[in-house]
Amino acid sequence: MEKIYSRTKTIQEDKVSGFCPGCFHSTIIKLIGEVLEELNVVDKTACVLGIGCCGLHMDYIAYDNTTAPHGRATAVATGMKRANPETLVFTYQGDGDFAAIGLGESISAANRGENITVIFVNNGIYGMTGGQMAPTTLMGMKASTAPKGRIAKEHGYPMHMCEILNQLTAPAYLERTSCNTVANVIKTKKAIKKAFQNQLDGKGFSMVEIVSNCPTNWGVDPLASLDFIEEKMLVEYPLGVIRDK
Amino acid sequence: MSRQFMKGCEAIAEAAVRAGCRFFAGYPITPQNEVPEYFARRMPEVGGAFVQGESEVASINMVYGAASTGTRSMTSSSSPGVALKSEGISYCASARIPMVYANVSRGGPGVGSIQPAQMDYLQATKASGNGGFQMMVLAPASVQEVVDLTYAAFDYADRDRNPVCLLVDGVIGTMMEPIELPDFKSDEEVDKMKEAKKSWACVGHRLDYPNRSWIEPGHWKTSDMQKANEDAAALYKSWEKDVQVEEYFVDDAEIVIAAYGISARTSKTAIDILRKEGIKAGMIRPITLNPFPHKSFENLDYSRVKAILDVEMSIPAQFINDVAVGVNNRCPIETCLCSGGNLMKRSTIIESVKKINAELGGK
Repeated sequence: MEKIYSRTKTIQEDKVSGFCPGCFHSTIIKLIGEVLEELNVVDKTACVLGIGCCGLHMDYIAYDNTTAPHGRATAVATGMKRANPETLVFTYQGDGDFAAIGLGESISAANRGENITVIFVNNGIYGMTGGQMAPTTLMGMKASTAPKGRIAKEHGYPMHMCEILNQLTAPAYLERTSCNTVANVIKTKKAIKKAFQNQLDGKGFSMVEIVSNCPTNWGVDPLASLDFIEEKMLVEYPLGVIRDK
Repeated sequence: MSRQFMKGCEAIAEAAVRAGCRFFAGYPITPQNEVPEYFARRMPEVGGAFVQGESEVASINMVYGAASTGTRSMTSSSSPGVALKSEGISYCASARIPMVYANVSRGGPGVGSIQPAQMDYLQATKASGNGGFQMMVLAPASVQEVVDLTYAAFDYADRDRNPVCLLVDGVIGTMMEPIELPDFKSDEEVDKMKEAKKSWACVGHRLDYPNRSWIEPGHWKTSDMQKANEDAAALYKSWEKDVQVEEYFVDDAEIVIAAYGISARTSKTAIDILRKEGIKAGMIRPITLNPFPHKSFENLDYSRVKAILDVEMSIPAQFINDVAVGVNNRCPIETCLCSGGNLMKRSTIIESVKKINAELGGK
């Protein structure tokens, strides 16, 4: 029988990921690996991992990587890219990392139009630390630090990073995707590919925001998490291309 | 070699460029603004990169990223700004990333004062961030020494794969002096230094798991973390051979001044005057604050040395703690201190020495 599909070589054969069952991180990292192989750039890629669940795959990806201090990934990537422009540099960050503690670094790197790629995984909660409230947590959604749910008076409203960065002149490409359906997985892969190609073409700052899930801390099974994304998350975070220049 | 008249902060930048530094990121803070300003002009001339970060926090992390590619990289700041950088410095130390940073220090704590001070001794030498790491700490007392130590700092950083701290007080950073500049490392030399780090640099490697670059600022496995701590401890111990110290009239001194940086510079002229008056004063000036020249204090002849005078621009005294380790209670340690941005006056040092001398029964 002919083998027509196999695991990306950018993930070690003898390793397993540290991700919970049903988590989109596994899917997204597979997509990134496939794109890097298709673009034939694995040997010139460096990944800057954020802190949190987004760093859990450091041990099993095959390309160069480092871990930035919490929130500082776009600053680390800025230094890496400026010092070594021939390397394809991308950050892989969650919503706590990119939109809370790293907000200054995120907006500033985008505003400078750094020629880097950001893969921003937004699941509306802090995963690794056990389900605390994030800037992207939905209204009314419960978190371990918002036991009565997110309340506007106390916590403000969910942050829309694509729309915030769209206020800036420099960014080249901003798209929001998800991995909750097969069709959306395919769209996510296309978006990642475009974001990497933009960097190779020297177009500047590109970001793909991927609306993701957290079955463990949302307290639902993986299938129910897909419904939650469709019915709740995508209402707050509509998918589509926000900027493409 | 070329002779020039230069300000301390600009000398840091020019010496760094000549040493092959090709990435600088920094953020404005007094009294070190001439460092980023000089780099902003100079880096494009040598094919390097300058970034004005949005904060000290971002700047040190840009350096973490740039140095991770094997590029000689540095940042600078002043006291409160260095406090902000401490997270990134700790990451560089943990990940064993060679980089250099200068602290052109000012009054403290908090926002302190913008005038020169030596309030960051303990921070620089003992705890520049979380996790018990150490760095070589170099303390110039002239603009020429700023040049020489900055140039050497990059070699130490590369040799050890560890950050190096230049502790330059605000006086040395802002004064102008004639200096001899070292040779400019050629593009070929700079490329060669970067190439030598390619085995671990985060620049992309062929698909080969054992040979990928994995720069880890920490470890999941406790055994790996302990091993990293043990390796680092062995490195710190190896610095004993790198001690640099200036001993001034120590051979026959009865009162020995302990001072570093600008305080030592001022003390030296005080000693010259005291000697003319027949008072046998001398000085031990650590050039490396870490490793500290404890032996210079241990080896003093305490049948002759009656007292140590600790001179520093810090209240409370901080440097005195390392001096005390070397002296080990064999004679009294007096202090001559100022802070808040007030400069150490030669006359104050002379008065302090004379007071001790009189108490000891001298003339």
